[in-house]
Amino acid sequence: MSDTIPTGDNTLLNETLPERKISWLERFLGPENFRIVKGLVKTPASIMGFSLIFLFILIAIFAPVIAPPVGNDPYKIPRDGFTAEPKPMGAEWKKNVPDIPFWYTPLTGKDKWVHIFGTAQGQYDIFYGIIWGTRTAFKTGLIVVIATFLIGIIIGSVSAYYGKWVDNIIMRVVDVFMTLPFILAALIMAAVLTPMMGRSLVPSILALIAFGWMGYSRIIRGDILSVKERDYVLAARVVGVKDSRILFKHILPNAVFPTLVLASLGIGDVVLSFAALSFLGIGTDVGYADWGQILSFARNWITSLQNYWYIVVWPGLTLVMFVMGWNLVGDALRDVLDPRMRGKS
Amino acid sequence: MTNYIIRRLLLVPVLLFGVTLIIFALLQTMGPVERSALFVRDFPRNERQIEGIIKKYDLDAPFYVQYKNWLLGKVDKNTGIREGGILFGDFGYSRTASQPVIDIIKSNFPNTLDLTIWAVFPVLSVGIWLGVKAAVHQNGWIDQAARIFSIVGTSFPTFVFGLLFLMIFYANLGWFPPGKMSDWVNNLIYSGQFTQYTKLLTIDALLNGRLDVFWDALRHMILPILTLSYISWATFVRVTRSSMLETLRMEYVVTARSKGLKESDVINKHARPNAMIPITTLAGFQVIALLGGVVITETVFNYPGIGQAAAAAAQNLDVVTVLGFAVFNGMILIVANLVVDILYGIIDPRVRLS
Repeated sequence: MSDTIPTGDNTLLNETLPERKISWLERFLGPENFRIVKGLVKTPASIMGFSLIFLFILIAIFAPVIAPPVGNDPYKIPRDGFTAEPKPMGAEWKKNVPDIPFWYTPLTGKDKWVHIFGTAQGQYDIFYGIIWGTRTAFKTGLIVVIATFLIGIIIGSVSAYYGKWVDNIIMRVVDVFMTLPFILAALIMAAVLTPMMGRSLVPSILALIAFGWMGYSRIIRGDILSVKERDYVLAARVVGVKDSRILFKHILPNAVFPTLVLASLGIGDVVLSFAALSFLGIGTDVGYADWGQILSFARNWITSLQNYWYIVVWPGLTLVMFVMGWNLVGDALRDVLDPRMRGKS
Repeated sequence: MTNYIIRRLLLVPVLLFGVTLIIFALLQTMGPVERSALFVRDFPRNERQIEGIIKKYDLDAPFYVQYKNWLLGKVDKNTGIREGGILFGDFGYSRTASQPVIDIIKSNFPNTLDLTIWAVFPVLSVGIWLGVKAAVHQNGWIDQAARIFSIVGTSFPTFVFGLLFLMIFYANLGWFPPGKMSDWVNNLIYSGQFTQYTKLLTIDALLNGRLDVFWDALRHMILPILTLSYISWATFVRVTRSSMLETLRMEYVVTARSKGLKESDVINKHARPNAMIPITTLAGFQVIALLGGVVITETVFNYPGIGQAAAAAAQNLDVVTVLGFAVFNGMILIVANLVVDILYGIIDPRVRLS
């Protein structure tokens, strides 16, 4: 007997595909999540969105340099006197003049500090309000988003994992919370909480949290329902792993990413709703640096807005830019997460 | 179908119970003196009055007793007169507006309805038209414009948009004033020469044959209508576009094209009716959203609807009144949701089976 050696062209057997380079980020996130991240930084619209967000982060960080704080509480907008009539843009600062920021004199060549964006009624300086309001926006946005996200994933995952009547009851509770329109529900909640805890950021934040978690719990529920059927979950169950461990160690990490991204982009919407509550006169004390409140100052000057346009335009523009930054990224995210788009980018 | 409707009807009491329970729980955070506004007009003046009221209306009774009283009211044993009872339409007394909450609703709700009806037309027609156009000419200039429009639209807070509108069209140009009507219309209504058939000003004006009144009402409503509807437009354009795109990829559309049908027939007769299915639900929910979303718009334009009344009460921290509006709104929305769901079941057979 002799060994038969295959003859002929057998290069195909030896050929190996060049190994695809997998970056550390892809290894860390997994292929599906990596695709989401990659899709997010691809389109010009989302890059513009990220730039806007980045700009606002810079403003928030450097607020004390851009507009040096006055007094103990930097969030209190400094006032130039107490008269009702708003002062126009570029009017010279007369009373309680704050420190002139370092960039002002070299940039403009003047050595007298002015109201860059004018003042609102009661001589609240709009420029200070906008700069420090950026911090307020990030603060409220982050707190609300983190809290609603946590509540949402806990409720959604319990509902999806246990299924049956637990799921049924929880989803009906979600239906109940979604019956009232969001802004009305938040307004009611804030109006109830304000007499109890006084005027501050807290009532509005709590109100936005109380009626903001339902969307996330629905999304995470859907994702968990699909992950739950995977073989490794079955394997874990066969081995006898505890319910809570399966849920939090095996299922959740594999299902949570889309909701996480979605939630982080929800900051824009949260800030918008928060500003809406302030605009309606619920929330912070008068004079707290907060975009919605500066806009609400314009309400008393509607008949002469042609003269006082700067009370509406500057804070309005700031708010629109902020929200648009998050929406541009969110729009790209929607395309990436759309199952019909899978494998196309 | 019957099965689906029954299942959907069973959800109504559940939702009603849930919503009232949340609102009642919020009410319980108030002290008995504030809560007494549910039953009596005047602020109790001294200790004895307070005690009397607490005793009479069980304001210190257990949760479930108070919940029952809140829902059904408290009937006086001697006179047989019912006081309170939200299920009977008594939402309590607004001490900041000095009138019963239900009276505010009666006078303001027709205005909100008027506004909503007028806001629905432009949203539906222009939104669907733009969305179909965008899908048919995918990546064409209409598509790009619609995309930009919808992103910018969703980023514009209603109150900023409304204030900018007021600045341009009222303060600068003087075309469209805020409020609901001019003084002369107000005088006309009080003079008794103007019959209020429906309480909806635009419709009453037409019924009375007064085109000048109609035009005045519309002039006051144009800015709120645009403000209310542009966000829905953005959503509508987006959904119509994606639904239409999906339908255009279906095989029956390819078949229709390959057998040589005119492109306009393919789109208008084959693709569009099917693409309308998800849009119909959205339309229903948008109407509901409009009804709820009037809070900010009405406040900006000082338009006397229930949204403005609710916002004013909230600003005055008049909790009983705010919660009264919440109950009313919740009831309407539960019914509206029911109607939308049933309509959806009729239009799309797949929904009934799921």
